[in-house]
Amino acid sequence: MEKNLALVLVLAPFFGFLANIFFGKKAGKGFVGLLGTLSILISFFATTYFFMQIQSTGKPIEVKLFPWIALESFQIDMSFLLDQLSVLWLLFVTGIGTLIHMYSISYMHDDENMHKFFAYLNLFVFFMITLVMGSNLLVMFIGWEGVGLCSYLLIGFWYKNQDYNDAAKKAFIMNRVGDLGLLIGIFILAYVFGSLDYHLIARDIFSQELSATDSALISIAALCLFIGATGKSAQIPLYTWLPDAMAGPTPVSALIHAATMVTAGIFMVTRLNFVFDLAPNVQTIIAVIGAGTAIVAAAIGLVQNDIKKVLAYSTVSQLGLMFLALGLGAYEVAVFHVITHAFFKACLFLGSGSVIHALHGEQDMRNMGGLKKVMPITFWTMMISTLAISGIFPFAGFWSKDEILMTAFHGNTILWVVGSIASIMTAFYMFRLMYLTFFNDFRGTEHQKKHLHESPALITIPLVILAILAAVGGLISLPGNSWLNHYLAPLFHKAHEAHHLDGTAYMLMGIATVGALVGIGMAYAKYLKKQEVPEQDSEITGIAKVLYNKFYVDEAYEMLIVNPLYKLSHFFRKYIETAVSELLFGLGKVTNSIGNQGKLVQNGSVGVYLFAFVLGLSSILIYLFLV
Amino acid sequence: MSILTIFYILAAFTLATGFLTVVSKNPIHSAIYLVLCFFSVAGHYLMFNAQFLSLVHIIVYAGAIMVLILFTIMLMNLNKENEPNKNLLSKISAAIAFGLLGFVMLATFIKTMPIIDTYKQSGQDYQSIKVLGKVLLNEYMVPFEFASVLLLVAMIGAVLLSKKSTSIQ
Amino acid sequence: MQNILEQIGIENYIYLSVLLFCIGAFGVLYRRNAIIMFMSIEIMLNAVNLLLVAFSTYHQDAQGQVFVFFSMAVAAAEVAVGLSILVSIFRNTGSIDIDNLKNLKG
Repeated sequence: MEKNLALVLVLAPFFGFLANIFFGKKAGKGFVGLLGTLSILISFFATTYFFMQIQSTGKPIEVKLFPWIALESFQIDMSFLLDQLSVLWLLFVTGIGTLIHMYSISYMHDDENMHKFFAYLNLFVFFMITLVMGSNLLVMFIGWEGVGLCSYLLIGFWYKNQDYNDAAKKAFIMNRVGDLGLLIGIFILAYVFGSLDYHLIARDIFSQELSATDSALISIAALCLFIGATGKSAQIPLYTWLPDAMAGPTPVSALIHAATMVTAGIFMVTRLNFVFDLAPNVQTIIAVIGAGTAIVAAAIGLVQNDIKKVLAYSTVSQLGLMFLALGLGAYEVAVFHVITHAFFKACLFLGSGSVIHALHGEQDMRNMGGLKKVMPITFWTMMISTLAISGIFPFAGFWSKDEILMTAFHGNTILWVVGSIASIMTAFYMFRLMYLTFFNDFRGTEHQKKHLHESPALITIPLVILAILAAVGGLISLPGNSWLNHYLAPLFHKAHEAHHLDGTAYMLMGIATVGALVGIGMAYAKYLKKQEVPEQDSEITGIAKVLYNKFYVDEAYEMLIVNPLYKLSHFFRKYIETAVSELLFGLGKVTNSIGNQGKLVQNGSVGVYLFAFVLGLSSILIYLFLV
Repeated sequence: MSILTIFYILAAFTLATGFLTVVSKNPIHSAIYLVLCFFSVAGHYLMFNAQFLSLVHIIVYAGAIMVLILFTIMLMNLNKENEPNKNLLSKISAAIAFGLLGFVMLATFIKTMPIIDTYKQSGQDYQSIKVLGKVLLNEYMVPFEFASVLLLVAMIGAVLLSKKSTSIQ
Repeated sequence: MQNILEQIGIENYIYLSVLLFCIGAFGVLYRRNAIIMFMSIEIMLNAVNLLLVAFSTYHQDAQGQVFVFFSMAVAAAEVAVGLSILVSIFRNTGSIDIDNLKNLKG
């Protein structure tokens, strides 16, 4: 029963994919949308069942399908593990997935390739479920690569635009760099432990003394795994693909590039927390990179004018905060922020999608404004999510971000300062986005103004649901009495000291709230009171220009990595390739001329053949018997 | 007259008729010599006490194959000495081949001679028609059937090939 | 009956077969008449058959003779097909000189 249900959970999206890709075009758009959404909904219901089960029994469920690779002492099963962590992840993957599929029915309705879109989305959910449910690293790796593939397909979904194709390729290649790290990490773990199963690795780590070599190898493995995570979860130095990934349709940005896929790195680190606990140095690196990413991305986000770019940099920044928590060993805090972030960031992206939809593809905030009256539902849901991401009491983001900052404060004051500044910046740019989009007067064309409208129910219902979750999602982990920490406790082998609700905690909450209010106030003064509109691209100067151009990181990568690679490939093309092909063509010519001479032997005269036969027979006999 | 003498006479006869087959100018003469050669080979079989093979050999070779060849020769009216001489080179190569092949094979045999045991008779019946039939239809049942298929195919092929085809051209 | 090999010895048969085989090979190379070449091939086949029977007697094993039987069947088939090919060649070219077939090469 459980095995079958787990199979249904995994395979329902896959069947949705198959049906949509093969029959979607003929079956019509209504069918495609319905099937795509229903298949995810089935997974969601199955997940709910498992969640109840685990909630009541507290025992992980392992579903073994078949042995996949069986060597003498090394076996990898195709098997799934449903424990607290994976079920929690599945809940929001399939839940938010269902909402976003529903949203896409309306959002993508005018696209000629809607069946493909839904097929890819379903495939993505399938791979994401595989990633989360795999009971060993290799099954996880299947999902890890699969979601990367789907991300590529969906970023380049409007493939007729060359820029979008480039963005897709960039995402794919950057992920490849990270994936290599992940693979090496997996290999090292396989070498050290002789197994890739989570349980077996954990058992080995706790049951036996590790030699010095093994400890060193595990540290290297942890670092490699983290490099994999930086690729998928867009951390320094591999974060630049995520903002470009906004080329994809907005539901994709919401599902893949905000709520689910980019959290795969956090999932993996949390899953392997026992490995990372053994490598304190790597944990420090993770924390520093997380904090650095948080502030760098937030700073870039301050001056972006594309509504989706702002949200993209916000995502990178929030992911940085999660890694900060991971680096400090507070895995449950990172998971908490992943969940709340999934709610409000999905809502924000879907809201921005609703705005873009209303403006017929306009993404530049300088051409928006005054949408509050026309699109009240979009406005209010986005407002709730903005308050949540800014960390205003009592919305979800307040609790999770506050926990991260509290952890950082107890860990390292500098990290806390950096994280707090990033939060203030977050509040500023999010309210900048809200003010520029929804307040003051409309700055677009007359044509657009005439067609402004609130989006249909299929778009607003997911928005409302997500906004409600963004508002109350914090309840799952209130400080002092945390359901989430209790729920996740069996996963973590190192006990964490719970932060008590003492004076320090209240002080930190206060500082965070004041910081958020300061950010909001600055945005209010600049964009609502003075009604400023960001300058055109050419007029930007000073630090703002550096920020607007994203610290010139893309250019630096271009100069340091891409161009030398191009030069190298030109060199190879010009000299090595020529040499190799000349060599091969030369061999071909030699063979050809030998053949031309050799065919004269076949002169058609039976006598010559027979004479050759006699000679051959004689020489064989001489060789065999007479020599 | 000992058996060895009979063997020598028979062997000389075999070789002589074989050689005459090859060198006779007239194809009819060649065919006649070849028939004699086959009969002498059948005589060798008889000396081995292989009656079945000896009979089959006469029926198949001397009876069927040679009649076929003779018919062909007469059908094509080839019984005249119209063969142009081969050039010197091919004659030399034929002589070289003959010498080389004979030399190599004889040398091989002489070199491997020491491992051949002297003959010992076991007294078992191994080559009467009864035993041969049992071997043929037990162990070699499938090849035996395939031989019949082969002959059938050869017959059809021969008919098709030698038929005057009107469809072509 | 006394077996013949006790009096003659296997080596004499080997000499005989080798010589017969060489005569056949010589004939194939020496003649240009396709029918004579055919007969030479038959001589070569017979040399091999003779040796097979000799060794069959030597090992006192019937399998050698069975092989001779099969070899005869194959030879009969070969002659039938080969002669009909010769007939059609003769029809087309008016001679059975083997050198005329040189133009069959690709």
